[in-house]
Amino acid sequence: MLAYIARRIVYVVPIVISVALVCFLLVHITPGDPLVAVLPADASQELAAQLRTAYGFDRPLPVQFGLWLMRALHGDLGNSIATGRPVLAEVMRAVSNTVTLAIAAAIIGFTMGILLGLIAGYFRETWIDKLATSFAIAGVSVPHYWLGMVLVIIFSVQLNWLPAVGAGPGGSATWAWDWAHLQYLVLPAITTSVIPMGIVTRTVRALTGDILSQDFVEALRAKGLHERGVFRHVIKNAAPTALAVMGLQLGYMLGGSILIETVFSWPGSGFLLNSAIFQRDLPLLQGTILILALFFVFLNLMVDIAQAAIDPRIKRG
Amino acid sequence: MLTKKNTRAAWIAVLALATAAAWPREASADTVLRIGMTAADIPRTLGQPDQGFEGNRFTGLTMYDALTGWDLSSAEKASVVIPGLATEWKVDDADKTKWVFKLRPGVTFHDGSPFNADAVVWNVEKVLKQDAPQFDASQVGVTASRMPTLASAKKIDDMTVELTTKEPDSFLPINLTNLFMASPAKWQHFYDKAEGADAKAKSQAAWTAFAKDAAGTGPWKMASFTPRERLELVKNASYWDKARVPKVDKMVLLPMPEANARTAALLSGQVDWVEAPAPDALPELKQRGFKLYANEQPHVWPWQFSRVEGSPWNDIRVRKAANLCVDREGLKDGLLAGLMVPATGTFEPGHPWRGKPSFEIKYDKAAAQKLMQEAGFGPNKKLTVKTQTSASGSGQMQPLPMNEYLQQALAECYFDVQLDVIEWNTLFTNWRRGAKDPSANGSHATNVTYAAMDPFFALVRFLQSGMAPPVSNNWGFINNPKFDELVKKARQTFDPAARDAALAELHAASVDDAAFLYVAHDVGPRAMSPKVTGVVQPKSWFIDFSLVSMK
Repeated sequence: MLAYIARRIVYVVPIVISVALVCFLLVHITPGDPLVAVLPADASQELAAQLRTAYGFDRPLPVQFGLWLMRALHGDLGNSIATGRPVLAEVMRAVSNTVTLAIAAAIIGFTMGILLGLIAGYFRETWIDKLATSFAIAGVSVPHYWLGMVLVIIFSVQLNWLPAVGAGPGGSATWAWDWAHLQYLVLPAITTSVIPMGIVTRTVRALTGDILSQDFVEALRAKGLHERGVFRHVIKNAAPTALAVMGLQLGYMLGGSILIETVFSWPGSGFLLNSAIFQRDLPLLQGTILILALFFVFLNLMVDIAQAAIDPRIKRG
Repeated sequence: MLTKKNTRAAWIAVLALATAAAWPREASADTVLRIGMTAADIPRTLGQPDQGFEGNRFTGLTMYDALTGWDLSSAEKASVVIPGLATEWKVDDADKTKWVFKLRPGVTFHDGSPFNADAVVWNVEKVLKQDAPQFDASQVGVTASRMPTLASAKKIDDMTVELTTKEPDSFLPINLTNLFMASPAKWQHFYDKAEGADAKAKSQAAWTAFAKDAAGTGPWKMASFTPRERLELVKNASYWDKARVPKVDKMVLLPMPEANARTAALLSGQVDWVEAPAPDALPELKQRGFKLYANEQPHVWPWQFSRVEGSPWNDIRVRKAANLCVDREGLKDGLLAGLMVPATGTFEPGHPWRGKPSFEIKYDKAAAQKLMQEAGFGPNKKLTVKTQTSASGSGQMQPLPMNEYLQQALAECYFDVQLDVIEWNTLFTNWRRGAKDPSANGSHATNVTYAAMDPFFALVRFLQSGMAPPVSNNWGFINNPKFDELVKKARQTFDPAARDAALAELHAASVDDAAFLYVAHDVGPRAMSPKVTGVVQPKSWFIDFSLVSMK
């Protein structure tokens, strides 16, 4: 197992470097001026050139990448051009808000998804299955920013039960799991949860149906195992695939949703990315993408290891 | 199955939850004004805000003052420059590059330190003197371009300072509205405490700390700051201008870049005031008793013509025809739901720099068609013109549908308009490069809106031949000796009334020459709760929050 983990970690290194290179190049090859954030559009070319030199944007791209990578390896992602604040602190703060949102959305989405998937799988081709499947399809089909706006209209504007925007009262720097904070989380979390809910439902339904139709289940039943025992076997066999799917979904959610976070003005990584793109704040954009990509890579690694721990066949492969 | 007892308990729980949710979220004896901004982040708080004039509006003019300011007291009159931290100023009779500013006595920064000539010099040097400890490159961009001729500052005595320009420039007092005075003492305090490898690193650390705990002289003081989430300002009860001591105790600024989110926040009572509500929500807002404010802003939505050799716009008949062929009232009432003012130039009647142009910009399709026929075009021989624009962008209103409207309108006057739609930042970059650059993609016009707060931004950078790229924004390489002569005259006229007259002459000449296709001015729409009173929306990008009360 340890060898497997070590091998997986080694595989991650070139991926991380490639990710760093791609995110650096992506924001550099797009047209436009990297100094938009600090330079008014109507500034002269002379002033633009002066500041380009001051920020090092006049240096060859490989040199810029080398310097950026070296600093990044030392935990320094530079300062935001727009705000002057350290990029790492900006990103980590945003990521912590997104993680809060992702955890809440994952709890809702995965719980609902597993539940609906199991029900649909056990009652295949019945009206219960059709109802659960319709729910899942709606979850992945409905544009989530639209759903977010509908929820806001109903629960904030019409009923005035929940806040429409923001991440908490009073701008407190730390999140608290009390109602004063949780009320800000309800609508964005529900909105974020619908896609993973739909995907997990469909995955678990397919897995459950597939496992239940396999011979070993018949054999278990023939041996007199009660349904609870059969259910445990179904869960165990479905878990690795379901876990992989949930891991990926969690990865997507941790990446933040620009649309959802913008609709709810939730100050997470999606909101930060939106702001960085809008202001063309290159250090912030690069830093945010890099951290999010690393999160994704790390999460995939964790999922792979967890899968291997659950299913010994994976290690052999 | 639920028992009767359980059902009752469940109902009690639901009621308790609903009551908790409906409980006022910010119960307090203080009056609090909560504003949803269009910005995605709190504009920089360290004295020179970013995010354009929205930044100046919220974190510049609230916490800080400049030597000169804007009169924001009237919704009817044009907003003009008035004394701020300087009570009077005068250019040196012998050397017109030197100005003497008398400072307002008895003013203190929020940290209690005195405002004086040293503070002015320190603040000028924070953006102009590269070897000054407080020099901050990140503040240069948003400052230097707004006062392009300012060179240095010198203390004469505690209450008098001398400013020097690179060339004689009568616009300096207007430009100085953009230089906000931060507290040197507070910055020094942070600098002394800062850790860093060298003076530059310490300076950067000091500015970072200052941004979190800022001190200016303005009517509002920073109370708390959560980056990207909120800025809380409290009233400065000892503000030097007693008429502008805020009437509410606290103002909370919240970034909400999405128009629907801002509108929902207002409708749900989460904020009291939103900038730029969603246009399609205006009827509902009105119906539910919310107040809407809008007024002409010093902002122009134009086509800036290429005047390079071979450009079809070199024929004044064509330029005038385009200006006469657009039904601006139709654009206003239809596409923009009333949220624009038809443009008949950079400045409208009533503005001191308007002048008396003889060419009247209005909708007169017959006259436009006649001019085009005189220029050799007609229904069977259309003139193809290409315009570069963006699909969105700060201050651009609705660029794509508005350009499509122009495309249809101009088609009736024998124009065949082709649109080259590019990304907003790219359009900006191309703007600096000019019509001759390959990035113009063969366009005959560019569509970038512009602020018209000061004469340099409104007129000079577009009309003076020396402002052609790469120097500034004369994108189309206009080269008109009359404009150059009038620019020089305006710059070198130091009596304010005579300077205004010279600028009016320049503006009138530009309209008579149909220098641009003038289309619209933005109106800075904002919506607010009926609880908010005392709002005066001036003809300005800015607004005075001090006048606002809460019922």
